[in-house]
Amino acid sequence: MTSALLVDGVLALLVIGLALFVTAARTAYGAVVGFVAYGLLLALVWVRLAAVDVALTEAALGTGLTGVLLLGAAARLFPTEAAEASRRPGPGLRILIGSLCAAIALGLGAVVLLLPDPAPTLAPLVAENLPPTGVGNPVTGVLMAHRAIDTLLETVVLLPALIGVWSLASEQSWHGRPGSLPRLVGNGPLTLLAQVLPPLGILVGVHLVWVGADDPGGKFQGAAVLAAMGVLVLVAGLREPPRVTSRSLRLLLVLGPLVFMGIGVAGIPLAGALLAYPEGYAKSLILVIEAALTLSVALVLGLLLGGPPETGDREPGLRS
Amino acid sequence: MSGEILFGLCGAALVGIGLYGVICQPGALRRILAFNLLGSGVFLLFGVIAKRGGGALAAAGEGADGDPVPQALVITGLVVAFAATAIAIALLRRLAEVSGRGTLDEGERNP
Repeated sequence: MTSALLVDGVLALLVIGLALFVTAARTAYGAVVGFVAYGLLLALVWVRLAAVDVALTEAALGTGLTGVLLLGAAARLFPTEAAEASRRPGPGLRILIGSLCAAIALGLGAVVLLLPDPAPTLAPLVAENLPPTGVGNPVTGVLMAHRAIDTLLETVVLLPALIGVWSLASEQSWHGRPGSLPRLVGNGPLTLLAQVLPPLGILVGVHLVWVGADDPGGKFQGAAVLAAMGVLVLVAGLREPPRVTSRSLRLLLVLGPLVFMGIGVAGIPLAGALLAYPEGYAKSLILVIEAALTLSVALVLGLLLGGPPETGDREPGLRS
Repeated sequence: MSGEILFGLCGAALVGIGLYGVICQPGALRRILAFNLLGSGVFLLFGVIAKRGGGALAAAGEGADGDPVPQALVITGLVVAFAATAIAIALLRRLAEVSGRGTLDEGERNP
């Protein structure tokens, strides 16, 4: 017990130390590298908190994909950094802000120490209502059955985010391809990696979705891995990103939410409530929704990394 | 002191560090980073509450010993935080492209 506490203590100190490093690092690039290390350690914290589903999401999405996004931005924004340093608030103001933030942290810490005992929990309720859904992973059960409306809204909200990113395109680039990812064509080791890794990565992604019904995993974790494979292939220059005007691409993007909504609405006549599943079919319907959502979410995540469309058209015929 | 309490205090500290960064960092990219630190602190507090509430499920022999409801909320939150970060980064890159600046402050620094 004490050795476990020791590990937890070291982990917590490392996480806080890296958070301080991210805040104090001299360059944005250094701060982002610190942030990636921080995220991976945080995934370990989630494992220690018995939340393996969250740990997988944190590692794949919160650290991996976010890291790619931030590293690209840090490299692009490097020239503007020097001008920023002079804009820091003065030392007096910083001490004031620091002490107020410390007061908030202390307040939250006091709340943590004063949490009610026994802790309020919905876990027994979930455990009781899990068997009718047919899934064995309580987190998947909550995401897909008990709180399905949250998950539906979340998958829908990804689409406005993508529309928001795309709408930052300059006027003449409307028909272009996402252009924020670097393209390192002719980099031997990277090309090899982009050829060897994706088959395995796709397998891992599909596996995560498939086992998500009964074991830690699920569509978001799987989709993040699939998106990462797509991004690897794009960065190595083996494939061009799809045009944002492509009709089949747009159809795939909305496929997941549409299937989810269709099955949800069908639940009104068949099972008596929106997003309710008819008895005996819950597991198979959940799997259908998860499969469709995985495809759409993976595409959205990859395209969010791809950024707004840019010209740089390689097919001159389509340039207007 | 148990591990959960320790990580709860860690989450509280992360919220404080993140908030300080959001207010004090001069560059927008550093603020986005700090915003993510702040968010992960809040998620960690959720995780601590989930772990504390999970004793009952473990006692029933259901395997996972965490309250799955807050855990599902955190997964939802992580996905939405990624989408928000992606939009913020896209806006920032466009700002840098158009104006050559990496911050929203326009005028001279206030004394």
